[in-house]
Parts: sequence; structure tokens; C-alpha cells
Amino acid sequence: MKKFILLAFVAMMVTACGQPLKPDATAGDNTAQNGSAQNGTEENATTTGSVDNSDMTGTTMLADGKHISYEKGAINDPDNVLSERRIYFDYDSDAVPEKYLDLIKYHGKYLSLNPQARVRLEGNTDERGTREYNVALGERRAQAVKQLLLYEGVSPEQIEVISYGEEKPIAFGHDEESWQLNRRVDIVYK
Amino acid sequence: MKQILASLILVFFASTSHAVLKIDITQGLEGALPIAVVPFQWNTKKLPDADVSAIVVSDLARSGKFSPMAEKDLLSHPQQPKDINFKTWRVAGMDHLVIGSVNLQPDGRYQVKFRLFDVLKGQQVVGYSFFATKKTLRTIAHQISDYIFTQITGLPGAFNTRIAYVTVQHNTKTGMVSRLKVADTDGYNPQTLLTSDQPIMSPAWSPDGSQLAYVSFEKGHAEIYIQNIHSGVRTLVSSYPGLNGAPAWSPDGKQLAITLSKDGNPEIYILTLANKLLRRFTHQWAIDTEAVWTPDGKSIIFTSGRSGKPQLYIKSLTGKQSPRRLTFAGNYNASASISPDGKLLAYVQGKGNIYRIALMTLKTGNYQLLTQGPLDESPEFAPNNSMVLFASQENKHAVLAAVSVDGKFRQRLAFSEGDVRDPAWAPVRD
Repeated sequence: MKKFILLAFVAMMVTACGQPLKPDATAGDNTAQNGSAQNGTEENATTTGSVDNSDMTGTTMLADGKHISYEKGAINDPDNVLSERRIYFDYDSDAVPEKYLDLIKYHGKYLSLNPQARVRLEGNTDERGTREYNVALGERRAQAVKQLLLYEGVSPEQIEVISYGEEKPIAFGHDEESWQLNRRVDIVYK
Repeated sequence: MKQILASLILVFFASTSHAVLKIDITQGLEGALPIAVVPFQWNTKKLPDADVSAIVVSDLARSGKFSPMAEKDLLSHPQQPKDINFKTWRVAGMDHLVIGSVNLQPDGRYQVKFRLFDVLKGQQVVGYSFFATKKTLRTIAHQISDYIFTQITGLPGAFNTRIAYVTVQHNTKTGMVSRLKVADTDGYNPQTLLTSDQPIMSPAWSPDGSQLAYVSFEKGHAEIYIQNIHSGVRTLVSSYPGLNGAPAWSPDGKQLAITLSKDGNPEIYILTLANKLLRRFTHQWAIDTEAVWTPDGKSIIFTSGRSGKPQLYIKSLTGKQSPRRLTFAGNYNASASISPDGKLLAYVQGKGNIYRIALMTLKTGNYQLLTQGPLDESPEFAPNNSMVLFASQENKHAVLAAVSVDGKFRQRLAFSEGDVRDPAWAPVRD
């Protein structure tokens, strides 16, 4: 049953983005992760359910003390969950970790409710591996986030995708501590 | 018995007398050929604009194939053939001897002469005379190195070409400064072609050595430019939505293989420069990038994630057959450079957190690891197939290094500014 939900979700993403997701082990990994984390997702689903029912000016409290509001300019409130705009990835992977799906959904909702809002998705990688492959990997990460936003009803014109690969690190160490900070997509509101 | 210096450090000074480059030979000169280069005689009061014989000595040393006698060990300083006592050079274990002169002419030009002798036979092998200007004296010195190298090894020399590279400085106040630079192969005469506060990547030389294709993010997104290194004139050749990356010239210089994501995914395309015609070359849901052309111009070797991890593949430009996978060992093989003779493939092999330069014999598929890592990348063959230039990490800085294809000889090129990366070795000097 849980797997069925996930597969349906993946199928919808495929439809939404108009191109097949990569049919490799990554999808299988997601299945396993999502399966075990399904309860968490359902809890979140309760929360987002109330969000979905709130009107545009409403503010909804989330379980972790943050709140969510989709008012214009709400992204500048550090207590608003939309102030979180970094999605971190696993090494050499362009699969969006399951724990960020809700966050991306919130941003998607904001963008679809504020059609004049524009974002740039900036894909980055850590320094390991080759420079050009990393630019391509960063692009794939940003595209993966874009596809999830499109699924939330965001118009393609609202989203710009760019990859810097390993060229613009925010942490300069040569260890996992720095690497994990550099493997990310930044959601930048313009 | 020749004792080999494990670490021969050669420090050069530019005419402006600040050190621009230190070449540190970090490993092995075993089997290198003994040669004595007598300091060239000159007729001016002060040293000419370039120390020609010193340049020849350093060129030969950093080729890894020669072990020039240290100047302090020279037995004598013959200036004419009649002054040479071959027997003493034989006893000292020298196979070859070079003498020469640099003479300033009344018209302001230099006349440079040199002679190469076979010590065992007691005979002159070659002798040349050149005219040089103040500006071209260093170039003439590199040409002499090429003549000596070719005469003795039978291989073409690669001293008188250029390298391109990217320097990056990160400053917490001013942000990032990237520079695209071109220098002689010994790091001299560095010239900046482009300065940007955004990344510059992947310089690639045109086959005639007159132009560089590269990626610049100067407008906030990736674009590919071609720039003439003499005039500085540049042309924007690719600015599609998404990725514009990994330019690689076809051997005839008429086409560029590039990576674009305009159709949704990083794929390789062939751009014909004359008419801007674009043809898609790969069709795969995974990443395809880092194209290099085989020297016959018939195939392209590239990196693809189609097996789940980056591996190298070869695909014909004309045939309809599927790409053939070249690498099987290790879960990360990428960024190929093919030797100009088409026999060897250098690439990055990653295992765990260690990334090293590997070298494959294409005919057999056998490979060996040339370097120790941990973060080696961007391998680039010397035009004479004998060495691989690459980017490496040392003391938390990005440096350039070179290793001989037998793995025995290694040197580090340390530049004075920031991180240095993305080396490209010009096939010829234009």
C-alpha cells in the first residue's frame, strides 16, 4: 500500500515533468526510505492539510515551532518555514532526500499562490569528482527540485535553473563537514 | 654511477624579478639521460634578456627524460668545439654535451648559436643558429630544448608551446576572482585573457594553438566563448538555457563538442562553428558530458552516468551503434584526455574519497594509477604524448602537477597566486 502511494507519486512526477526520471537504484532507495518514513509523512500531511485549507492570509503553526504563511513577502520572516531555502543532497546523487519534500511543497504552494514571485534554483556539488561532471550533477539536482515545484502547480516561467557545480563552495574544507554543506540546491527568491 | 637528485628545485625569476613559478621535481629521475649544458657565452655586459642555457637545462630536467649535470659540477666551460675534451666528459658519465652563445647584434637582435655533441662518439650531432628579439629570446631557448629533446629521444618536443589555466582567489570581502591565463609551458610570460567575479571553466585549445574555447559564468549563467589569444577578440558561441559546458575541439578545428541541458538533461551536442549548426550526439536520461575527440576525428570519448555511476564510453560520430563502455574498475571514471597518438587514455578514477589520475592503454584496456590523489583531476596530455598535466590539491591549495606516462617522474608547478586549476596544454605554439 505504502509502496503503491509512492509509485503513484513518482508516476505523477513523471507526468508532471514530461520526462522520465532515471529508472535506477535511486528510485528504489527512495521507495525504501519513504516506506520507513511514511508515518512521518502522514503526520506532516495532517499539518499541510490544514495549510491547504487555510486562506492566503492565514498563518498555520507547524509542529517544530515554525509557522507557515503564504502572504506576499512572507518569505522574509525568519520564523516562517519558507525562510529555509537549502536542500542538501547525498554524494553523487540527484535524488531529493525525502525529508525535504514538505519544504519544497511549501515553496511550491507559495509560488503558485504568488504567481508574480520568481525563484532561481542554484545547484551545487562538493569538490570531489570532475568539474564538468559536477556542473551536470548540480544541474540535475536543481532540475529535480524544479520538477517537484512544477508538481505543486508552479508555472515554469517562475523558475530559473542554474548549476555552479563545485565552483562556488560555501565551505572550504576538504572533509565531509564542508562537503555536505556544498552538496545542495539553494532556492533564491528574486 | 649517477646519483639521482630526488628533489631538484628550480626557481625562476621573471624579468620583473619576482618569482612567478616554482617547479619542484618531486619524484624520480631514474633512467634519465645524462647531459651537460655548458652556460652559453654572451657578449653583453649584463645577462641577456633571457638566460638561454639555464632555460634549456630546466626544460630538459622537467621533461623527466634528462638529468642535466649541475652547473657547479661541470668539468670545464668549453665555448668552441676545439676546446672540448670528450674523454673527461665520458669519464663523468655524460652521453651528450651542449655548448652555445648569445650575441647582441648592432641592430638590437640577438644571434643564438648552439651545438649538440655525442660524447661517446666525440662528434657533433646538430648545430643551429637563430636570430631573436628581446621578446622572443625565451621562445628561442624553448626551441633549442625541443631540438635537443627530439634529436636524442626521437620524440617531438613540447617545450615551445603554451599552457592555459584558471586561477581562483576567494576573498571574504570581495568574493571570488577568477582569471583565465595563458603562459609558456614553464609558467613564464603569464598573460590574463579574462578576469571575472564569476567562475571560469574548462579552457580548450584550438588545434592550431591560436584560440581557446572556455566556459564563463560572467553573465550569471554558463556560456561558451572562443577567444583569440593574440588579439583578445572573442565570440560567444553557445548560450542556450541551462548548461553550456565542456567544450572540445574537433581535430580539424571546425567543430566543437559541447554539453547542453536545453532539452532537459545534460547531453553532448556537436556545434559546427562556420554555420552554427547544432547536432545532438547523445540520447540518454543520465548525465553525458566531458567529450574528447579521438585524434582521427571519427569518435568521441565521454563521461556518462548511464550505468548509475560516471564511466567512460566511446561512440562513433557516424555509426549507429551504441556507445561502448571503456572503464569497468572503480565506481568513478571521468574526464578523459586522449594522447595525441591515440594510444593512451588518461582520466580521473575515484575510489572512496581518493581521486587519482589513471592511464589506460586503449588497445588492451589495461590501466595503471599514475598519481596518489587525494583530489587529482583535469588530466591533459602533453602534445608529445610523454607527460600528463593535471590539477591537484596540496596543503589545501589547488596546484598544477605533471607526471610522466610511466609514472616514474613527477613535478609540481606552483604559481604564486591562489588556486590554479583546469590546465590545458596547447598542441602547438601559434
